[in-house]
Amino acid sequence: MDNLLEVKNLNVKFRLDGGSIFDAVNGVSFDIPRNSTVALVGESGSGKSVSAMSIIRLLPPEQAIVSKDSQILFNGTNLLALPDRQIRNIRGKDISVIFQEPMTSLNPVFTCGDQIAETLRLHTNLSRKQAWNRAEELMNEVGIPEPRLRMHSFPHEMSGGQQQRVMIAMAIACEPKLLIADEPTTALDVTIQKQILDLIAKLQKSHHMSVLFITHDLAVVGDIADHVVVMQQGEIKEKGTAKAIFEAPQHPYTKALLSCRPNVNSRPKRLPVIDDFMRPEGLRPENLEQRPRGYVGTDEFVLEVKNLSKVFKLKDGFFKTKDVVAVKGASFKLARGKTLGLVGESGSGKTTVGLTLMRLHDASGGEVLFDGVDLLKLSESEMMKYKRRIQIVFQNPYASLNPRFTVGQILLEPMLIHNIGANEQERVQLAMALLKRVGMPEVSFYKYPHEFSGGQRQRIAIARCLTMKPDVLICDESVSALDVSVQAQVLNLLQDLQDEYNMSYIFISHDLAVVKYISDQVMVMSEGDVIEVANSDEIYRNPQEEYTKNLLGSIPKGWDGKRTAAAAA
Amino acid sequence: MSAVLNQPPVAAIVHQPSPGLWTLAWRRLKRDKIGMVSLVVVIFFLLMVFGSYFGLIAKNWSKEVGVSYANPTFMAGAENLEAKQQGAKDSSKDIPFVDLSDIDPLAPKYAEWAKRTAEIKITETPRADTLLFGGDKWGRDVIQKAVKGAETSIFVGLVAALLATIIGTVLGAISGYKGGRTGDFLEWFYNVFTSIPYILLILAFAAVFKRGIDTIIFILALTGWTGIYRLVRAEYIKHASREYVMAAQAIGASHSRRMFVHILPNISHVCLVQLSQHVVQFIKAEVILSFLGLGVPVDSVSWGTMLAEAQSELVIGKWWQLVAASASMAVLVTAFSMLTDSLRDALDPKIK
Repeated sequence: MDNLLEVKNLNVKFRLDGGSIFDAVNGVSFDIPRNSTVALVGESGSGKSVSAMSIIRLLPPEQAIVSKDSQILFNGTNLLALPDRQIRNIRGKDISVIFQEPMTSLNPVFTCGDQIAETLRLHTNLSRKQAWNRAEELMNEVGIPEPRLRMHSFPHEMSGGQQQRVMIAMAIACEPKLLIADEPTTALDVTIQKQILDLIAKLQKSHHMSVLFITHDLAVVGDIADHVVVMQQGEIKEKGTAKAIFEAPQHPYTKALLSCRPNVNSRPKRLPVIDDFMRPEGLRPENLEQRPRGYVGTDEFVLEVKNLSKVFKLKDGFFKTKDVVAVKGASFKLARGKTLGLVGESGSGKTTVGLTLMRLHDASGGEVLFDGVDLLKLSESEMMKYKRRIQIVFQNPYASLNPRFTVGQILLEPMLIHNIGANEQERVQLAMALLKRVGMPEVSFYKYPHEFSGGQRQRIAIARCLTMKPDVLICDESVSALDVSVQAQVLNLLQDLQDEYNMSYIFISHDLAVVKYISDQVMVMSEGDVIEVANSDEIYRNPQEEYTKNLLGSIPKGWDGKRTAAAAA
Repeated sequence: MSAVLNQPPVAAIVHQPSPGLWTLAWRRLKRDKIGMVSLVVVIFFLLMVFGSYFGLIAKNWSKEVGVSYANPTFMAGAENLEAKQQGAKDSSKDIPFVDLSDIDPLAPKYAEWAKRTAEIKITETPRADTLLFGGDKWGRDVIQKAVKGAETSIFVGLVAALLATIIGTVLGAISGYKGGRTGDFLEWFYNVFTSIPYILLILAFAAVFKRGIDTIIFILALTGWTGIYRLVRAEYIKHASREYVMAAQAIGASHSRRMFVHILPNISHVCLVQLSQHVVQFIKAEVILSFLGLGVPVDSVSWGTMLAEAQSELVIGKWWQLVAASASMAVLVTAFSMLTDSLRDALDPKIK
């Protein structure tokens, strides 16, 4: 097999702040054949990005130490031994990169056209005019409508998907032999993600290049990769063709990754987690008990929302204000002990609904009936009683815990505010018990949030809500920032807690598979409008609206087996 | 399980206290050599201030122990015209005695007076010709004077900076957190305040209040809070929309709780760095004000009054008071500035 790039025994260490050394990548070897797509899959801290960045030497030189016996052969030359000047020539010309955040990767003060043309002029002998014309062709090729006009647009005038297209145009401008795509679709909505994946697959074929696709999501990989490399904690756990990895995974970690992500076609009582695959008696995806979902006639409704709307007033000119409608007349009911899923793309107003419900935003109209009382009409002091009964878990576990509080302080604070527990000792006991309940050791009580991983912090945030024993818990993208294996654990925890305390959830997410797994009823939103509300099985089986159909069609399918047949032919 | 819970849980669990922000910052500071040297210098000065405040050192700074403009010990041989002049004045009573008893009606009383004068003991302390680092016009020890001056200057700098930081932080917190009309009003107030030239503002305050150390502290605090206000306001605007503050709102924490219990510890490093920067700035400001004659009252000494005196001394070649005041000030200010820099590095919120 003719390989474009061979990584041999790559070892990368990092110098840490305290002078200690951290092994980021340990003896990693893999090949990238010509004209093919290799996916590097792993969760955060697996070393996948470090491996990829060491190919083009984009690691911080003061901290990263690449060991002497590592080799990265690109067309037979060892990139690690090249002087800086030559590696600069290769970067952007033979090997180019697209990053996760298109907004921060583009320079905001230059037009998109300028930025593409600049790449061309740096690496080719094209004149200014030729480069500009070539840039326009590229804009057309990556599917930006009206390329002639959009050449003069600044990055902020484009949507996230279009920005990522511009990044791709810059990356392929010099006909690279290898394109490194570092989580290029993670920040995008699911429909846009599908378009970008299709675009990368198309360009890979038409430009005869190889793609190194880095992602944490195996489902995304199924559509495009020829080869898959699975990494965990700096080591390769398994590598092989996509067919082999998806159809006959060998390593338990690969098996776990494949099955701990919720799947649209199955709804087990519990999701299998990595631990299950490490133990012989653990859960296996083959024999999972299924859970029935949906509202039934006997349900008691704890929350009833009628015509909820929210309008933001923006200053527009000196005297005028402009109305931005975030939510238009949303109505829904939440049954006790059940989950309502709220899905939609960014800007659909789903988060605003959640925040308005608990009066973190002032509503512009409508009613929120909680046990028959309209929360929106209560005064600040009357609302205090209800605050503890309706709680929220935010998306970003790194931002939602006060970094200067110990976990103990975080858990005790709501109890102090709402006079829960007779004295300090009782409160401490309750906090310890809750920590245990969410699967955290009791010593965590004395630690600070920065000592915990994302999944653990989300458990702490959940424990904080539980101190108040709420009736309704709003989960605002609460598992979206977590790795898939951790996501499965937190989803299992949420489900256990619901069964135990009979809480109702409003589960807000852009991830349709997760929403399908956890919800009894699903509400689809788009640009502030409620498109469709129905029991979740029904909406996924038989969507009524065009928008819902389009959304469901964009869910990454993972592996369907047909693609290889087509590719082989 | 319940048996464990019945005991105080703190005792039940062996735990090591986790390092919080300040512990981590202290660890980083300890690794910074320049920072630690500066810290030692600053602590030395602070100890000196305490010592002189409680009368342990430099208690007798106002005693006239030397001759006027006594030379420093290491240049004992240098000519001291001023001391000679003074000596000449003192010895004027030794002029030759002329007997005028024939025409003086008081003559018979002289013998009696001389006897009574002899009964009163005048113990004149012998004035030293040289002092360790020289003396001032009245023969006071320059080193003791510099120590006492340090007490005044550093006290003024510290207290004024503390007051200014409190004013700036409270106003900045309210303005940044509340926003809206309250924020607009405070911004407007700030803008009017800063539009007045700084020295003019200080002179205006100084003219209205009577002279004294408390006055100068108030002047500096009331004019110096503006920069801190801006920074704290910006931090509060940034933090007010953070998720942890929203989470606090969700659990029902009041506005003041969110402002001062949740956000303040997260921006306290900014206040601390500002505080130490302003200590330096205000020590210098006190010196300038005292130099201009608007500062501390005449009966006390500060580095500023020493420098003001030095102005006329320099003309007659007496440089030691100038050197003593400016050298001690330069050492402290430099050390404090470098400590501030190290503090900022140690408290860098990027690493959390």
